[in-house]
Amino acid sequence: MNLSLTVGLPHYLLVGAMLFCFGLYGVFSKKNAIAVLMSLELMLNAVNINLIAFNRFLWSVPVAGTNHVLLNGHVSAIFVMVVAAAEVAVGLALVINIYRSRLSANVDELDWLKW
Amino acid sequence: MGDILSGLIFLVFALLTVFSAYLVVSSKNIVHSALSLALTFVGVAVLYVMLNADFLALAQLLIYGGAVAIMIVFGVMLTMKSGEADNTNEDTRTALWGGIAAFLTFVVMALVIFSTEAWRTTVDTVSGGSTIGDISWLLLTKYVVPFEVAAVLLLVAMVGAIILAKGVNDSK
Repeated sequence: MNLSLTVGLPHYLLVGAMLFCFGLYGVFSKKNAIAVLMSLELMLNAVNINLIAFNRFLWSVPVAGTNHVLLNGHVSAIFVMVVAAAEVAVGLALVINIYRSRLSANVDELDWLKW
Repeated sequence: MGDILSGLIFLVFALLTVFSAYLVVSSKNIVHSALSLALTFVGVAVLYVMLNADFLALAQLLIYGGAVAIMIVFGVMLTMKSGEADNTNEDTRTALWGGIAAFLTFVVMALVIFSTEAWRTTVDTVSGGSTIGDISWLLLTKYVVPFEVAAVLLLVAMVGAIILAKGVNDSK
């Protein structure tokens, strides 16, 4: 068995997969709506890790006239961050609004669309 | 020697990130979950540094470690019932099925990661140096329309969050 300590693409992808699955578990299993939002943030961070790891290890299209490579993965990660920030702002506002009228942030009790 | 050092640093911070992510979903007190989430964000920022993504590490610390963590803590505070500190982060009745589904997803992902030959690479394809110039060049040429759309999205989200949290009638 090769016990090399050189860090490669699979290690980063594995960390991303673990973060994503902890987030998935949280989204499925948490009662508190804020905890569901926190788990969503974990999943979005896992996606960002994967984007940047793929950009670093597998992407080699050079920028014209320089020795740099195109950073499409980084730009995608920035857009994911923008959408995550917008999502957490609107999501928290929704949860606070629901808490004001129902005095509960428990997703099991948010069932008044069910009839 | 440099390989061993960077491998050890990666191991320490990857374990820190994954363990604090575990604490986010396992802690019984939701305030502890929020603090673990901030720690996870900082660990992910360190991983970005190790991936030569200096601008994104900075943005991660500012946006996630700063703004999002504070907003989550405020959300926890505003939705907490007074006198109720323990068991604020309970699982639902279907938590077991969620755990099974998440575990099976992880198994499939790990199988794909370790069975794909093309991904088993450690070659560094990025030359050193700052990434800010290349990112801004892409944002202002190829991705200029999504960039403007993102700006509009942020504005709409800000207005929507204020309207939702404050209420339309209160503002008159």
